[in-house]
Amino acid sequence: MRVPLSWLREYADVTAPVREIAAALVRAGFEVEQVEQVGTDIRGVVTAEVLQIEELTGFKKPIRHVRVGTGDAERQVVCGAANFSVGDRVAVALPGGELPGGFAITARETYGRVSDGMICSARELGVADDHTGILVLGDVPLGADVVDLLHLRDEVLDIAVTPDRGYGFSVRGIAREAATAFGVPFTDPGVAAVPVGGPGGPAVAVDDPAGCSRYVARVVTEVDATAASPVWLQRRITLAGMRAISLVVDVTNYVMLGLGQPLHAFDQSTVQGRIVVRRARPGERLRTLDDVDRALDAEDLLITDDSGPIAIAGVMGGQSTEVTAGTRQVLIEAAHFDPVSVGRTSRRHGLVSEASKRFERGVDPDLAPVAAEHAVRLLADLAGGTPAEPGTDVDARPRRESIRLVLAAPGRRAGRDYDEATVRRRLTEVGCHVAGADPLEVTPPSWRPDLTEAVDLTEEVIRLEGYDTVPSELPAAPAGRGLTVTQRARRWVGTALANAGYVEVTPYPFMDPTALDSLGVPADDPRRRTARIANPVSDAEPVLRTTLLPGLLTVLLRNVGRGLPDVGVFEIGPVFVDRAGEPTAPRVGVAHRPSEDELAELDRALPVEREQLGVVLAGAHERAGWWGPGRPVAWVDAIEAARTAARSTHTRLTVRRGSVPPWHPGRCAELVVDGAVVGHAGELHPRVVDAMGLPPGCCAVELDLHPLWASAATVVRTGPLSTFPPAAVDVALVVADDVPASEVEAALRAGAGPTLESIRLFDLYTGDRVPAGSKSVAFSLRFRAPDTTLTDEQVNGLRDSAVAAAAERTGAVLRG
Amino acid sequence: MPDYDPVAKDALSPNVLDAARKDALAAFGAATDLATLALARTAHLGDRSPVALANREIGVLPPQARKDAGQRVGQLKRDLETAYAERRDVLESERDERALRAEAVDVTLPWDRRPRGHRHPLTLVQEKVADVFVAMGYEVAEGPLVETEWHNFDALNMNADHPARAMQDTIFLDPPSRGRLLRTHTSPVQIRALLARGAPCYVVVPGRVVRNDPIDATHSPVFHQLECLAVDEGLSMAHLRGTIDTLSQAVFGEGIVSRLRPSYFPFTEPSAEVDLVCFVCGGTAGGCRTCSGEGWIEWGGCGMVHPRVLRAAGVDPDRYSGFAFGMGLDRLLMFRHGITDLRHLFEGDVRFSEPFGTEV
Repeated sequence: MRVPLSWLREYADVTAPVREIAAALVRAGFEVEQVEQVGTDIRGVVTAEVLQIEELTGFKKPIRHVRVGTGDAERQVVCGAANFSVGDRVAVALPGGELPGGFAITARETYGRVSDGMICSARELGVADDHTGILVLGDVPLGADVVDLLHLRDEVLDIAVTPDRGYGFSVRGIAREAATAFGVPFTDPGVAAVPVGGPGGPAVAVDDPAGCSRYVARVVTEVDATAASPVWLQRRITLAGMRAISLVVDVTNYVMLGLGQPLHAFDQSTVQGRIVVRRARPGERLRTLDDVDRALDAEDLLITDDSGPIAIAGVMGGQSTEVTAGTRQVLIEAAHFDPVSVGRTSRRHGLVSEASKRFERGVDPDLAPVAAEHAVRLLADLAGGTPAEPGTDVDARPRRESIRLVLAAPGRRAGRDYDEATVRRRLTEVGCHVAGADPLEVTPPSWRPDLTEAVDLTEEVIRLEGYDTVPSELPAAPAGRGLTVTQRARRWVGTALANAGYVEVTPYPFMDPTALDSLGVPADDPRRRTARIANPVSDAEPVLRTTLLPGLLTVLLRNVGRGLPDVGVFEIGPVFVDRAGEPTAPRVGVAHRPSEDELAELDRALPVEREQLGVVLAGAHERAGWWGPGRPVAWVDAIEAARTAARSTHTRLTVRRGSVPPWHPGRCAELVVDGAVVGHAGELHPRVVDAMGLPPGCCAVELDLHPLWASAATVVRTGPLSTFPPAAVDVALVVADDVPASEVEAALRAGAGPTLESIRLFDLYTGDRVPAGSKSVAFSLRFRAPDTTLTDEQVNGLRDSAVAAAAERTGAVLRG
Repeated sequence: MPDYDPVAKDALSPNVLDAARKDALAAFGAATDLATLALARTAHLGDRSPVALANREIGVLPPQARKDAGQRVGQLKRDLETAYAERRDVLESERDERALRAEAVDVTLPWDRRPRGHRHPLTLVQEKVADVFVAMGYEVAEGPLVETEWHNFDALNMNADHPARAMQDTIFLDPPSRGRLLRTHTSPVQIRALLARGAPCYVVVPGRVVRNDPIDATHSPVFHQLECLAVDEGLSMAHLRGTIDTLSQAVFGEGIVSRLRPSYFPFTEPSAEVDLVCFVCGGTAGGCRTCSGEGWIEWGGCGMVHPRVLRAAGVDPDRYSGFAFGMGLDRLLMFRHGITDLRHLFEGDVRFSEPFGTEV
């Protein structure tokens, strides 16, 4: 809402400078986004009378050479407009003067004549938006400074009104807040007693009193719709952010801006028969003022006549009854429509108007007759109209219930005391009627539909007394339990991967579903159960991701593209697998806690959201340097990244051979926690690398973190440390190629028994010195007894039983 | 008594002993390495050296002469041993120094075999702010990114026709009629926390939220919020202010004051916007670019939890009251670290996180 300060001061007796007024409004909850100084950049524009007009010919458009008189002098001015005649008084910018935007005026030669100044249009003076001709003034003194004469100098407050405060969409509402803030008198323009309604007024029937609680209709006859709006009217409307259009429209807008009551003007002669306010009927249509033919919905509230719909109530009028230049009889509608109904209709038709904006946020239902009277008076004064008496007032306003307010309630909520006088005074300033002792019986004013319960009243008291008067005090929260295991484990995983050289990234959780094709994900894979977005941010990514890999690979490619070929990035974030069927969140009430069944049903409607770890890596894992050659990323680095994550939470992660897209079937590890597969790691399938244009050898990890959180060790158990000497022994075993080293190790471990302190694979050999189709795996075993020094015989015995177990379980043969 | 050898007897003459001393000292001094020194030692202190011979001669002297001769020879031997040891120490340290010098390396060489990794500043700031609250006794609550309309709007006092619902450009799952959306704020977790814990309830909620905003240097459809919720008996706006002051000083440093401006959120009453005094210009404004000369920076929204919200979550508003405060973490990061383009937070350029490392 844009409020010219000169207009505001008409209602509120504030003399403070604009900065202070803006600050006071901010303090009261009206965010002043900008204070605009207007008219300060206009200098040297005076009134003059047109004395003689010479039409110049031979140009592409009509050009006039005009002689004007400013009372004590005459000058010649070239002008491109033609909407004036000799004797008119106009505004002339003199050489040396200046117009808005730093436009300096000089005497110059144009169209073969010297132009000693410029005749100004309304737009050039910032009076209105009109630039079709120059501004013709009425009976004004000659040689007068136009800035003073037309009150061009003003300050405009641009205010962001919160949606609960419909009254803030009017000069009346803002002026009331300003008056309260400065404790100065407020002259309410919205309470004048006006006689309306009586037999013989325009015929109106309201079929839907819930949708339209009040309908005031007034008629003005003998209107000259072609009369120009006076400059002051145009200027106010323009400063308030609307466009001056025609006198009748300008008058309705002016009243709306001032009071907050949207008005509609019908050409009375085009209204056929009785006006009926009702909901739309099947198949009804209306061509609205914006020239759109609209199919109406059964819920749309309409203004109709015998011909059918003539306006969408509170949103926009229809073309068939539009006021035109030829209109002689104007019917002014001032009504109160249901906010919800107007809001729905406005959203349904994608049609937001100045009227709908106000109705949706709540208009003062008491205003209708006052606003109608204002408009009728203005039409009488400015358009020569004659008010037709009486008007009609269909009044079905519900009674406003009072609210009980415990006197101490505002203080309790604020954390400080307000005395009784303060509470009463503040509520009265808001416009409430305050009765009773404690609790108070408070009846909110008609313009505050947002005040419906005691807590709303406490806010008014606290707000007007100032939030800055609320003390600052730290509450004593009960002792908390700190972070959960999951929260601690999440931090460990992130830190461990960062310390291992990986960079955390946070891509958007959206996905292009064709990425799953590139990844080779089969049709029956759960990753295909994507949840589609109705209004995606980007049409290229219309689903929620079911895997972290597409986002991470995009990041990887972006880095490669920016000349950073050695990339290892990770993300800890959710993926979303949608449920089968048509999961729908039930409509549950809010009056009390939903039942456990309802809560469960709500959660069951949501996609299954799992927190996962994704890692992708490419380029050099170890760089070349002065120490020697580098090493490219390999499958083993991906698996090690997974192990690093698991180790950081003390989770026992086992690695098995796996084969799942998008991984290379021979270089894919299945990651297992507590017997369940939790993810995969390894090198990506060459076809995937090709399809996505990834660097060759690109590797990836994706694993579900929930099992890690679940099995994260919170208490690690340890035994005594033996100080007896260790005995080390190495064994080299030949096994078939396809026997996993981990199985050989497990067999050795089992056969060696509890004195085996550690086992480590230290060599792997395939080649001529072992039989074809087999490999040699060499392990170091370290034994240590808790209570004695192991003898050579004992160690040999332990080694033999370890090897025997490996032979039995994996067919291993001790290498000669 | 061994044979008496008159020649040998000369070995004890002062002249001979002086010559032996001179020769030995010269030989030790001339040795430039330990091997030569060892040879010199054998020659001048060994079994066949003049000193050894002289020592042997002492026995043949008459008893009255032995003492004097013994003292002279003994003195010579000790002097020569000392001279040898000194020379050996010098040569040994020269040798060691040479060896260490040969082993010296360029310690300024880089060891960037593996690059350094980094955590994301958004993660770090979420943890940091959460820790401030945890230290005050709060617990960290979490909730899903995909929410029901009930949790995200209805329970927060925003029914389907609420004008404020249009304030938030909501991204729905298809079709919207099934009431599933991407949470537009972290506030639905307030509801989940109250439902799960009841009152009293002190939680802090960091997390990702989504609104249908275009992507540019200062807007992202995906962004991050952190909010706190405290519900207990007797909580007031004073407690809200105290909590905000504590937090702002923990995050931005001592002396950073806040200001509450009345505003409107459906889920709080009263509601306020929270401004912080600009931590760059300290509120002196002028030409400050961080606060655009306002002296204040918009930080978040807050208020006293609306009784209807408590009721929807099964908490008795006549017995309990509470406050909530939410802030944008992305903006906070931009201010705090001078990040000029919000997109950097989401693009994943590894250079972006580098300065943050694992910031403590």
